[in-house]
Amino acid sequence: MNMVDFLVVAPIALPLLTAALTMMAWQSHAAQRWLGVMGALALLAATVALFLRVREDGILVTQLGNWEAPYGIILVADQLSAVMLMLSAVLVLGCAIYSLAAIDKGRERFGYYPLLHVMVMGVCGSFLTGDVFNLYVWFEVMLIASFALLALGGEREQLDGALKYVIINIVSSSVLLLATGMLYGLTGTLNMADIAIRLAELGPDVRVSAVAMLFLVAFGLKAALFPLFFWLPASYHTPHIAVSAIFSGLLTKVGAYVMVRYFTLIFVGDIGLTHTLILWLSVATMFLGVLGAVSQFEWRKILSIHIISQIGYMTLALAVYTPLALAGAVMYIGHNIIIKANLFLVAGLGYRIMGTYDLGRLGGLYKHFPWLAVLFLLSAFSLAGVPPLWGFWAKFVVIRSTLEAHHWVAAGFALFTGVLTLFSMTKIWMYAFWKKLPEGTPDRVLRTRLPWQMVLPCVVLLGIAILFGVLAGPVLDVALAVGNQVCNPEEYIRAVLPAHYLEALEATTMPRTCHGVGP
Amino acid sequence: MTAILCLCIGFLVAIATFLLLRRDVVRMVIGLVVLSNACNLAIFTLGGLTRADSAVIPEDLDAFAGAYANPLPQALVLTAIVIGFGLLAFSLILAYRAYQELGTLDVDQMRAAEPLREGESLPAEEEHIGARRDAAMLGGVA
Repeated sequence: MNMVDFLVVAPIALPLLTAALTMMAWQSHAAQRWLGVMGALALLAATVALFLRVREDGILVTQLGNWEAPYGIILVADQLSAVMLMLSAVLVLGCAIYSLAAIDKGRERFGYYPLLHVMVMGVCGSFLTGDVFNLYVWFEVMLIASFALLALGGEREQLDGALKYVIINIVSSSVLLLATGMLYGLTGTLNMADIAIRLAELGPDVRVSAVAMLFLVAFGLKAALFPLFFWLPASYHTPHIAVSAIFSGLLTKVGAYVMVRYFTLIFVGDIGLTHTLILWLSVATMFLGVLGAVSQFEWRKILSIHIISQIGYMTLALAVYTPLALAGAVMYIGHNIIIKANLFLVAGLGYRIMGTYDLGRLGGLYKHFPWLAVLFLLSAFSLAGVPPLWGFWAKFVVIRSTLEAHHWVAAGFALFTGVLTLFSMTKIWMYAFWKKLPEGTPDRVLRTRLPWQMVLPCVVLLGIAILFGVLAGPVLDVALAVGNQVCNPEEYIRAVLPAHYLEALEATTMPRTCHGVGP
Repeated sequence: MTAILCLCIGFLVAIATFLLLRRDVVRMVIGLVVLSNACNLAIFTLGGLTRADSAVIPEDLDAFAGAYANPLPQALVLTAIVIGFGLLAFSLILAYRAYQELGTLDVDQMRAAEPLREGESLPAEEEHIGARRDAAMLGGVA
């Protein structure tokens, strides 16, 4: 308990080390590339080890500087964090390999690899921290690196998109900071578990609800929840496609993750207000998001706006608030980390061949690159939820839990959104793959040879989605274990806070558990 | 004292909101500065204002002799100031680069990432006076 567990610190330390080493190899791009891949590989190994440890031994807690909780900053790896870390590491490795061939010299010269790994450090820190102010700091680490990645390249579109992204994110950070300060003012502590106990003792209080709303706004902005998603269509399609892929896989999902963390552990006193609100916001998010995607006519833009719609499913599952629903949320977030990013990577392959993302000028990919068509089609089917792919099971669990909780309207919208998702993917399929090659396309386009570094990640990521679809049983078992743990905040609190502290506090009330969890 | 600071925070947030709603990027960035400072002040106030000694234990004692001020909000504000400063520096550079590349500081005119479709027109055609003046100023710097 009072020893720094390296395994818990590794997901933060390894990207930091990688970023530092790549920065030291500033002059040698080849060294930077391979250091980046090695770093991502090490991160994956560490997170898999962490996941196995957490499955075996339960929640792992590390107190930095040996300051006992709740006074020091702690890192907590429970099953939710461990699963998120592992899937993120898979994506980071995929993107690192993809970047070997995809990233141009100009971006490499201005520090693409160090920035990428600093951002990954921020993401991993957000997944691991057990302290509300520390979470704000990790968010900033992640954001400043993402700002630079978004603007890297300095194209007109990028600077336009980056400016809007930066401004809205600084506003959202200020709201987060204010909310964190208010939470501290209410409870006098920054430790998430300690806050949870103190709020449970406080009981229903209008001040707590006000703070919860502030957090909802801050995280809603990060996760692109209705009506706060307007910045995403303005910026996500502008950077390099590898950057878009990793943004779509990680950044908005961090927003979804922290919402799950806060609204299952801390703000559970007034779920009639918070979770009902999240429910209807989710319905609006998924439906309007998919309508926005259908209306677009550019490959990257369709995919970007789609992110919004997918976020709606994750928060819908959070709003339903049963162990099964939260298992669905975990499956859905995990599925999106892998498949949403993969769709961007496949779009990058299409761009490599045709030199455009404009659906009007694309065409003939099915005839000339049939295997690329298979990659796209299976990924798109998984996103839309066609059995037996992973996406089907994720959607199935979310909608089933929604029906079990008698949210008929929400479930109806979720199903209808699935149909529209398929429709928007069909649009890409029709124009980019099925349609004839546009007149005047130079012949050399058809002789394009795609580098293996770009193809391999797409194949492996899709392979994961197929494998997890076929092995739905074991995957669902893992997700259900996560859902049960998240639904029972007492387990988290007892793991984090020392027993003598809890006794001294005479904490008799624990935060409530989800619907449908036995006493 | 708390009441005065609360009014002050409210006033700052109002100014920040007003500035952030302008179409001119320079004003928006100033709005961000004001907003982040309002948040810093809010944390400081929420930590509780006391008239007490600084949180340092005298050399010949083992514990605090009397009342002491809570050092934690101060540490939080310090962290937030540093982060806010970094973000501000970045957003200023970005605003300047965007001005160089796009030739305008009016966000309504910035449509490179989301080009207008056929039949669509900008909400208002007349140029923002402040934006023009600031653009001239930045142009002078360049």
